[in-house]
Parts: sequence; structure tokens; C-alpha cells
Amino acid sequence: MNKQARTVHPALHTQAVVARLRKRHRRERRFRAYCIAAVGFAVLCLIFLFVDIISKGYTAFQQTAIRFEIFFDPEIIDPDGERDAEMLAEADYAALWRQPLLRAHGEVNTRALRRELYRLVSSGAAFQLQRMVANDPDLIGHKRTVWLLASDEVDMVVKGHVSRHLPEAERPVSDRQLAWLDNLAAQGLVEQQLNRRFFTNGDSREPEEAGILAALMGSVYTMVVTLMLSFPLGVATAVYLEEFAPTNRWIDLIEVNINNLAAVPSIVFGLLGLAVFLNFFDLPRSAPLVGGLVLTLMTLPTIIIASRAALKAVPPSIREAAYGLGATPMQVIQHHVLPAAMPGILTGTIIGLAQALGETAPLLMIGMVAFIVDVPQGFTDPATALPVQIFLWADSPERAFVEKTSAAIMVLLVFLIAMNALAVYLRRRWEQRW
Amino acid sequence: MTKSSSAGDQAAVGRAELAAPRAALSEAGKRRTDSDAGIDDSEETIREALHPDIHDPIIDVASLSLWYGEKQALFDISMAISKNKVTSLIGPSGCGKSTLLRCFNRLNDLIGTVRIDGDVFFEGESILGPDMDVHLLRKRIGMVFQKSNPFPKSIYENVAYGCRLQGISSTAELDLIVERSLRDAALWDEVKDRLHDNALGLSGGQQQRLCIARAIAVEPEVILYDEPCSALDPIATSRIEALMRTLTKDYTQVIVTHNLQQAGRVSDYTAFLYLGELIEYGPTEQMFVDPRRKRTEYYLTGRFG
Ligand SMILES: Nc1ncnc2c1ncn2[C@@H]1O[C@H](COP(=O)(O)OP(=O)(O)OP(=O)(O)O)[C@@H](O)[C@H]1O
Ligand SMILES: [Mg+2]
Repeated sequence: MNKQARTVHPALHTQAVVARLRKRHRRERRFRAYCIAAVGFAVLCLIFLFVDIISKGYTAFQQTAIRFEIFFDPEIIDPDGERDAEMLAEADYAALWRQPLLRAHGEVNTRALRRELYRLVSSGAAFQLQRMVANDPDLIGHKRTVWLLASDEVDMVVKGHVSRHLPEAERPVSDRQLAWLDNLAAQGLVEQQLNRRFFTNGDSREPEEAGILAALMGSVYTMVVTLMLSFPLGVATAVYLEEFAPTNRWIDLIEVNINNLAAVPSIVFGLLGLAVFLNFFDLPRSAPLVGGLVLTLMTLPTIIIASRAALKAVPPSIREAAYGLGATPMQVIQHHVLPAAMPGILTGTIIGLAQALGETAPLLMIGMVAFIVDVPQGFTDPATALPVQIFLWADSPERAFVEKTSAAIMVLLVFLIAMNALAVYLRRRWEQRW
Repeated sequence: MTKSSSAGDQAAVGRAELAAPRAALSEAGKRRTDSDAGIDDSEETIREALHPDIHDPIIDVASLSLWYGEKQALFDISMAISKNKVTSLIGPSGCGKSTLLRCFNRLNDLIGTVRIDGDVFFEGESILGPDMDVHLLRKRIGMVFQKSNPFPKSIYENVAYGCRLQGISSTAELDLIVERSLRDAALWDEVKDRLHDNALGLSGGQQQRLCIARAIAVEPEVILYDEPCSALDPIATSRIEALMRTLTKDYTQVIVTHNLQQAGRVSDYTAFLYLGELIEYGPTEQMFVDPRRKRTEYYLTGRFG
């Protein structure tokens, strides 16, 4: 009607908008650059971490071995010829490899020199031969080619982790030992072999014998207990709080407490576990069962909080549709709400479990820091866990444990990545659009 | 110029009409009366406007008031709903149509803050009373929502879900029920080859008809529709209206709608709500041709609301 009355605000003229647009675009680009820089920094740190760990750790998957022609001499192993298991177990297996080694090095004639020569080979070599005989007593009286592990000092030199150019006093391998080693290597008797023991052995005082399996199984058992307890408990709690709980002061109090628990330092849960599970309930020390219980306490708040958020995000229209058809609250939750919330719940659970998997402090408090040689066979066997094993190895003085530490970290990371991959897979399976 | 000025006049009138009830609302604690709006209907007109002859009522609303927390949304509503007829609820946005509808199947229970006074009777039984099993009630009184809300499952499972809740698990029986319900909802031909596809892959109109099929699959006695066509094109709308007409022989239907023509086309009775009060209730034809109360007339002629 009245055209003159409508004046365009000067800031809204097209030219004015265009003039400002350049500035806006510039700001936009700068903002994006900040974001990319942040991502780049994170990726760089990650790459640095991986490169560092892998470059230090990959050599742990190989171990130096020395080739021997072993004669399983009945005179040494079984002088009575009775094949009695006890007798077989007590024989002097070290003599089996020491004698041929001595024969090959005629110049070694004093006791001190002999000791020096023997230190080329792992002290576990005798056990290796003993195991061979125990598995197959028919070996006695026969000759076999056997690769025996070199000692960890030799292994370090062969791998180049300890420089042979250091002054003799500063390196664990003497000049004489180096010469013997070079001599053996020249004959093709020294080789780097796949370190299967790392995946099949428990911990050991000898780095070349030490393996990750006991810690790995300890972690697996612990995680199974944690998952079995924290997932149902956490989800049930979240469902109650989200779907059934009345709004009153008690529920508010519970909510606040759960949120606070998520921030309690994990060592406190360890102390609690020590006091309650070990001292009061008298559960076994160092057991994955107790470790799992303690980690459950730690994981529960994470799962509860994530599950509640996921339940809250389920659109109310789905609930109304189901209630409108006469479904009971339990049916609505079971058929619709939980499946819809499952991706979020699973993500929270995996995050909680991943945290628990990397947790060391509470496990120290309940004795899962013990030196475990035997692979645990159940939930109450003494066990340790991957992060504790890493801690123990990192704390060991032998140079050879450095690579073991990095290798153990790699195993832990693979475990974590596998768990996350599982989470992604499960999320994909449950994911639905609205 | 003459034309535009007359339009301006009309707008001015509309604004004056709107201002009045707002002013009335702002007077704390004072109940609005018709005189506040400058509309005077005699006592007798009001009685006549609120008490039509209803044969064979199936739902009886008795002095129903409802509060959301402190805020009152329904004021002393009494009306009877006729069996095997279509009743439509009309009124401006926010006047409480959905709220009233959700009282019939107690879906308001899901909102913690709701307080209700008065009662609703379904075939003589108190819906709000403690003896009513709400799950049975919701099986007998089905609902179709404004925003179609199929479950993120297959088309088949959506329709079968209500029957599964009632313990029907034989595939043969479910197949029959699913087909019949989808045919009734005029959806069968479009989906018969993709029954096991996800229902969320359907178009908006198809999803709404699926929700209707899902509601009628459990053979309710009453179907409540909350603006079932608000997101649909005219073709889908007319299909749903046709569907409602075919369903009248077996079902009592209550529909909330903003589309006055739709109310005129499908319903036998119409109730007009305004700011939580029932203003007029009667046979649709009479209401549209000869409304008893001025406010109804204003609303129907588009002069406010
Ligand atoms: N969950 C709720 N909590 C609080 N107030 C509510 C809630 N739902 C509705 N109300 C209020 O109750 C009144 C009636 O709402 P209702 O949804 O019944 O209106 P309506 O007539 O269906 O409106 P529309 O036509 O826009 O759907 C409104 O004032 C609204 O703000
Ligand atoms: Mg509504």
C-alpha cells in the first residue's frame, strides 16, 4: 500500500552484504584451519606414539637362537633306562648342550671361562630340552638339531640394541663372548627366529623366556567378569532411573552420586576392593574375579551415564506408539526403547571397558601385580593383567625388557582396537534411522 | 484502493476480537466468561449448544478438567461420543484437542505432571478409575498420531506388533491379519511385495496409513486420530477420509483436525474447543450451517482463532 514507508536498512543492501561477505568467508576459513590444526595435532601425537612403540617393540617378536646338534645321551638323562618320569625330570639337561659347546671351543679350560661361554645361551635352554624329552621320551639315545635361545644379552647385541662398540666394561657382553658369537654366526649357527614364546609363555625372570600370555589371559578373564557384571547392572540401573524412577530427592541424590563416582580416582576403588572383597569377603588375592569386581565398580558409572543419555534420546513418539497399542512398560522397553538405545549403550560400555582394560592402580591394590609364570586357567587363579605386566616390565633393569614392554603395549593396543572394532560393528548392526 | 481498505478494516476487526480474550487471560485468577470476549450468548443457547442428542454413547466425558502442573489445559468438559459415528474435535491451536483425545486412552499418564479432575466413562466403566486396566483400554481404544510413528521394523512387523502383544504368534493368522489391516488401510497394493522392508522406507502418507493399519489390526472399538492428515497431500488425505468412511460401520472414530472442510466431510458430530473449554458440540451439519454460538460462528467463518 504505502511503498515509501518500507525503507531497507542500510546494512541489508546487497552491496553492504557483499562487502561483509569477504570478511565472513575469511573468518570461516580461519575457523576451519583451527579445526584442522587440532585434528592434525592429535593425529601427529598418535603417529608419534605408534612409531615410538612399534620401532621399539617390533624386535621383541623375534628372538636370537643358536643351533645345536644335541645327542640325547641316555647316560645323562636316564642312566637306569627305566624311563621313570621323576628321574627324567631331575636329570642334568644343561650338560646336553654344554658338552658339545665345550667340545667346539677347545681353548676354554678354566671354570671362569666355561661360565662365560655358557652365558651365550639362555638359562632356559635346559628346560627346553627337558620339555622335549618329557613330551617324547623316545628321543633318548637319538641325535637332533635343536635351536636353543641365546641369552638376552647376546640377543640385544645381535639386534643392535646394545652397541658392540661400547667399551667392554659398559656392555653386558665381553670381548671374548663377542668373538665366540661372531664365530658361531660365521658358521651359520645363529639366527633370528619368530618369537613364539612371547605369545605362549607367562612372565619370566629371563627376558628371552618372558611371554605375554599369562597377562593377556588375566586381562581377558578380568574383562569377562567386568562385562558380565557391569553391563547388565549398568543398563538395568539406567533403565530404572530413566523409565521408572519417580522424581524425588532420593533419586536426585542417587544421580548426583553416580555422576560423582565417575570421577573418583581408580585407586580408591582398589582400596575399596581390598577392604571389601579381600578382607571382608575373603576372596582370593590376585584373582581376575576380584579384579573384575573392582573394575566393575569403576566402569558402572560410565555405563550408567552413557546408557541414560542413549535412553533419553529415544524419540517419545516410539514409546507412545507402543503404549498406544496396549504394550506394558516392560514390553515397550524391551521391544523398542532398548533396541533403539543399544548403539549408545554399547558405545558407553566399550568406552568403560576400554578404560578398565588399561587400568593398573586398582589392580595393584588387590594383588594382581604378582609375578605370574603360569597362564591362569580360571577366574580364581592368580593372574596379572596387561597394563600391570607393562608396568612390571618397564620397571625391570634388563635392557631386553624394553622391547618386551613396547611389545606388550602393542598387544594391549591391538586388544583395544579389537574391542572398538567390535563396538563399531555392533553399532552398525543396531543403528536405525528415524 | 477501496478493496484494500476494506481488507484492512476486516483485519482490524479480527485484531480487536483477538485482543479481548488475551486481556481476559491476564486478569489473574479470574475465569473467562463469554462476556469478557464481548460475546453474549444466553444461558439457554449455551445449554442447547453443549447438549446435543447423542444416541448410543460409547464414551462419556463427565466434567473433565486437566492440569499440566499448575497450568490448566481443560476446563470442565462434558460430552458424550456416539457409537459407530465419526466425531471431530476442532479449535484453534493449543486449545486442548490433543489433550482431550489423549484422555480417552490415558496416554496422558506418560506425562508425570498431569492432574485430572472429573472422569471419562467407556461403555459405562470409568477410564480414569483404579479398576481400569490401561493396557486393555488401549487395546480397545486405538490411536493414530499426528506425526506418523512407525516402529523401525518391517512393514509386516509394524502391523503384527499389536497382535503379538495379545499373544497371537501363529504365522498363518498373523499373515491374514496383516493383509486384512493393510487392505482396510488402503495400503496393501502398494506394499504387498515389500512387506519385509523397513517401514521407515515408506513415504509420509504411506507411513501414516501404516499407522492406521497398525491401529486397526488389533480390532479396537474406538480409533482416535490426532490430525492424521496434517502432513499429507490431498490425494493421501482423501484416501484416509475414504478409509474413515468405510470404517464407520465397525468403529467409533474421533478425529482432531485443523481442516474444517475435512471435519465437514467426514464427521457426524463436531465439537468446538476454545482455550480449553468446550464451546459447542452438535451434529456437524447443524454446526456448520447454523452454529448456535457466536464464537463458533466466528471460528468457522475465519474471523478469529
Ligand atoms: N506436555 C505438556 N506439558 C505442559 N503443557 C502442555 C503439554 N502438552 C500440552 N500442553 C499445553 O496444553 C495446552 C493444550 O495443548 P494441546 O496439545 O492439547 O493443544 P491442541 O489443541 O492439540 O493444539 P494443536 O492444534 O496445535 O495440536 C497448550 O496450551 C499446551 O501448551
Ligand atoms: Mg494437537
